[in-house]
Amino acid sequence: MSTATKTFEHVGTRPIRHDGLDKVTGRANYGADYALPGMLHGYVVRSPHAHARIVSIDTSAAEAMAGVKAVVTGSDIPKTNAKLVMGEAALDLGAMGDNALAHDKALYEGHAVAAVAATSPEIASAAAEAIRVVYEPLQPVMNVDQALAPDALILHDGMVTKGRPKPDAPTRTNVALRMELTRGDLDKGFAGADVVIERTFTTPMVHQGYIEPHACVARWGEDGQVVVWTSTQGHFVVRDCCAGILGIDAARIKVIPSEIGGGFGGKIPVYLEPVAIALARKAHRPVKLVMSREDVFRASGPTSGTKIRVKLGAKKDGSFVAASASLYYEAGAYAGSPAGAGAMCAIAAYDIPNFLVEAYDIVVNRPKVAAYRAPGAPAAAFAVESVVDEVARRLGKDPIELRLQNAVREGDQAAYGPEFGPIGLREVLEAARCHPHWKAPLVPQPGRKVGRGVACGFWFNAGLNSSATVSLSADGSANVVTGNPDIGGTRVAQALMVSEELGIPVERVRPIVADTDSIGYNDVTGGSRVCYATGMAVIEAARDAQAQLRARAAKIWDVPVEQVGWERGRAIALNGASGREPLTVSELAAKLMHTGGPIIGSATVNAPMAGPAFGAHICDLEVDEDTGVSRVVRYTVVQDVGKAVHPSYVEGQMQGGASQGIGWALNEEYVYDAEGHLQNPGFLDYRMPVASDLPMIDTVIIEVANPLHPYGVRGVGEVPIVPPLAAVANAMHDATRVRFTALPLSPPRVLAALKQRG
Amino acid sequence: MTVHVRTTINAEPQEFLCEPGETLLEALRSRLGLTGTKEGCATGDCGACSVLLDGRLVPACLVLAAEVSGREVLTVEGVATGDTLHPVQQKFLEHAALQCGVCTPGFVVAAKALLDHNDDPTEEQVRYWLAGNLCRCTGYDKIVRAVLDAAADMRGVTV
Amino acid sequence: MATVHFSRGLARYTGGVESLTVDAPRVQELLVVVTERFPGLTQPLEVMAIAVDGEVHQHHDYLKLRPDSEIHFVPQIAGG
Ligand code: FES
Ligand code: FES
Repeated sequence: MSTATKTFEHVGTRPIRHDGLDKVTGRANYGADYALPGMLHGYVVRSPHAHARIVSIDTSAAEAMAGVKAVVTGSDIPKTNAKLVMGEAALDLGAMGDNALAHDKALYEGHAVAAVAATSPEIASAAAEAIRVVYEPLQPVMNVDQALAPDALILHDGMVTKGRPKPDAPTRTNVALRMELTRGDLDKGFAGADVVIERTFTTPMVHQGYIEPHACVARWGEDGQVVVWTSTQGHFVVRDCCAGILGIDAARIKVIPSEIGGGFGGKIPVYLEPVAIALARKAHRPVKLVMSREDVFRASGPTSGTKIRVKLGAKKDGSFVAASASLYYEAGAYAGSPAGAGAMCAIAAYDIPNFLVEAYDIVVNRPKVAAYRAPGAPAAAFAVESVVDEVARRLGKDPIELRLQNAVREGDQAAYGPEFGPIGLREVLEAARCHPHWKAPLVPQPGRKVGRGVACGFWFNAGLNSSATVSLSADGSANVVTGNPDIGGTRVAQALMVSEELGIPVERVRPIVADTDSIGYNDVTGGSRVCYATGMAVIEAARDAQAQLRARAAKIWDVPVEQVGWERGRAIALNGASGREPLTVSELAAKLMHTGGPIIGSATVNAPMAGPAFGAHICDLEVDEDTGVSRVVRYTVVQDVGKAVHPSYVEGQMQGGASQGIGWALNEEYVYDAEGHLQNPGFLDYRMPVASDLPMIDTVIIEVANPLHPYGVRGVGEVPIVPPLAAVANAMHDATRVRFTALPLSPPRVLAALKQRG
Repeated sequence: MTVHVRTTINAEPQEFLCEPGETLLEALRSRLGLTGTKEGCATGDCGACSVLLDGRLVPACLVLAAEVSGREVLTVEGVATGDTLHPVQQKFLEHAALQCGVCTPGFVVAAKALLDHNDDPTEEQVRYWLAGNLCRCTGYDKIVRAVLDAAADMRGVTV
Repeated sequence: MATVHFSRGLARYTGGVESLTVDAPRVQELLVVVTERFPGLTQPLEVMAIAVDGEVHQHHDYLKLRPDSEIHFVPQIAGG
């Protein structure tokens, strides 16, 4: 299905990605694959306590050991109040520095307190053992309820609630932010409802689970120039964060991005880089730091555990008349959970005249959360879409029908404020309703129950800043250079855009991710923005090159440039100059040095947020009522992507997001004991889906063009993780008649609920 | 005490010194520069370090470097023959069966091991064989399709 | 004159005023007028982004406004 009218020659095809060969042969270099001559190995000392005052750190024994070249602690990271504006969200560099190496307090188990660099990993870890840290343990605050209790210990003295605190809010608080969205008259709305469903949901803290642990190498030159090799979603942000945290000029830091082994938002903040730089500076040698998988779980940035209360009122005919929701999100050790985004997404799919949605950002003694694919939205959608499902059942309505009846459309005012432009929610729901999956009968296997669930999801898709250049070689091939680490096929998409604009075959366009010294600023690879915003920069850079090529053709033909047009990769003579044979890019390129020298097209963009996008997922779940084990047996993802530039990688995003969401729904969770020690910091006990857990994941790409992008691209990566939590839970309800309000739907929880149901 | 290891890696004789407690994964990556084999966990749970030891699929993080003395190791770097990719590698590219690609070397080695002894696996067999390899990006759909297609290719059938 | 809309939450700081028409060439000048009139808004607006005619902008100070522009304040978000 497509509402896009533009026709394309290259965009929408499925060429082999340029960086693929290096990846299937093992040649591609990821973060931990770098090594430099004379390089030292670092080791980070981490707090065994979830909450403790750091009384003293004695590093003398470690420093005296043979082979130990440097030791650093929080005192090597200046305290700062600086903020780095990165898109909508300002990164708090003070908190980020304190998270990299604690200054006064350890705020979660695994919080870095010191680091060592030595000539071998063995010496480094032995030296780490020799560092004496004296802690004064404090009572840990592990969840939302504990953090909000009247006698709760306060994590940060002086924290004040930003945004719109309640008038009676306490002055000493663990609430970093309260926000609310309201419209209409809530009481009147609910008074007019025939059905009102109210429930409270919880979702656990979960991790992005990228397979590559964080890793970097840093070198400090005698002249004070710093080079960092690292695996990151945004090397410009690494540069600016390290500069701000350490108080050095950004121009003195060069960050070279490695290939990145997954991030999903978790590789936006810096953890190791400032520490590696500080060690390299002291040691006068390059230093490598690599997290173990345990470190990744304990001390990188998972996403918030949440508690969400939702109340939804509907009339008999199915129309939603009122909704209220309170969202409580764990931020981890420092302010900054995605509670606000969760609130904005919660009811974004529906046109509801009366609502109040409030959200709280709450600090607890857990690792500081980082972004995770559509941050904030999946938990909110789990709560709201579960309640929508219940309303449909109560009214005896088809759940897709009910959603269609209340779905927002172009021109509606979004719950979060502005009017929607062209959006594809209706197209998505219609496609789901028509899909064979939705119509197929459910066939239970002996001894098992089977159920089907559906849910919607919404995400904004970011815009932000990007730079790109397109340079032409004399043989007619081209390079396209950007500064966004390629996390899932964006390079080939950028090459396709250049092909589209210049008519050069895609295998003759080489896409490159350049370091911070070699291309203009690019914001992170995140927010589903690369194909949209960096794509716009690429297209504009290609058009810039195309304009120069037309000027060269004009020179060759000795006509004014106005008489040169461009069609299917060739300069063509217009009216006054007609009769001349078109010139291909290769022909023009061959004459570059005779017509004025090299050609480089370049562009920078500061893109507004992309068009928002919706998805709908259908899930069939099979449940063994004797063991509580459940299994997704069929799954379909429908999503409006605006325009699919390379459909295979678009499908891949949809499938990958869905499977992460399925893991979140069924198995994944951070399990802490009462003292705040993480009980499952490894892949054995933090159970992510494996191939045998999943079926094929069917995809339906809907293309409702985004008017802000020349090809209509919206972005794709985040929406697909939003619906699965509710789609799975709704299927579970369909199978067992039990409404689960807590995730994950792990076998013990399912079994207990089935017992209770009887 | 260091151990002297003589072994065959990717059909070439190799010699190196290592610590007795050093894993094959550490030796491959830091002593031999074979960084194609990845570390995702070091506990045998992710499959990113998959290699073949005398033709058997093993996680290199659970094998001691000293154990490979006198034996044959195949890493991802040895799967292609000269300029010719193994069908699994070719099909991974054609099916877009990789996104970030960090799991890919492990999957390529594991899938080759499967097809070495079963050139006509069912989808279920592929899924269970690959259950020791974690991929967080793809949801496995395209990986499973690529492996099935590679098997067909090796049998000389087109699907 | 551009129209600024205050959500119910923000209207708490405007004494209940839900919209305001402002004659301002750009967002920067508009914000000055709004916060001078309602000083209580200064702090809440610090954590908000701005939607001008439905487009949410990250860097908005010098954005030109049309005479019929519609302005909403929206919470900040970050992507993954
Ligand atoms: S690194 Fe060996 S299985 Fe994960
Ligand atoms: S492609 Fe990223 S983990 Fe598999």
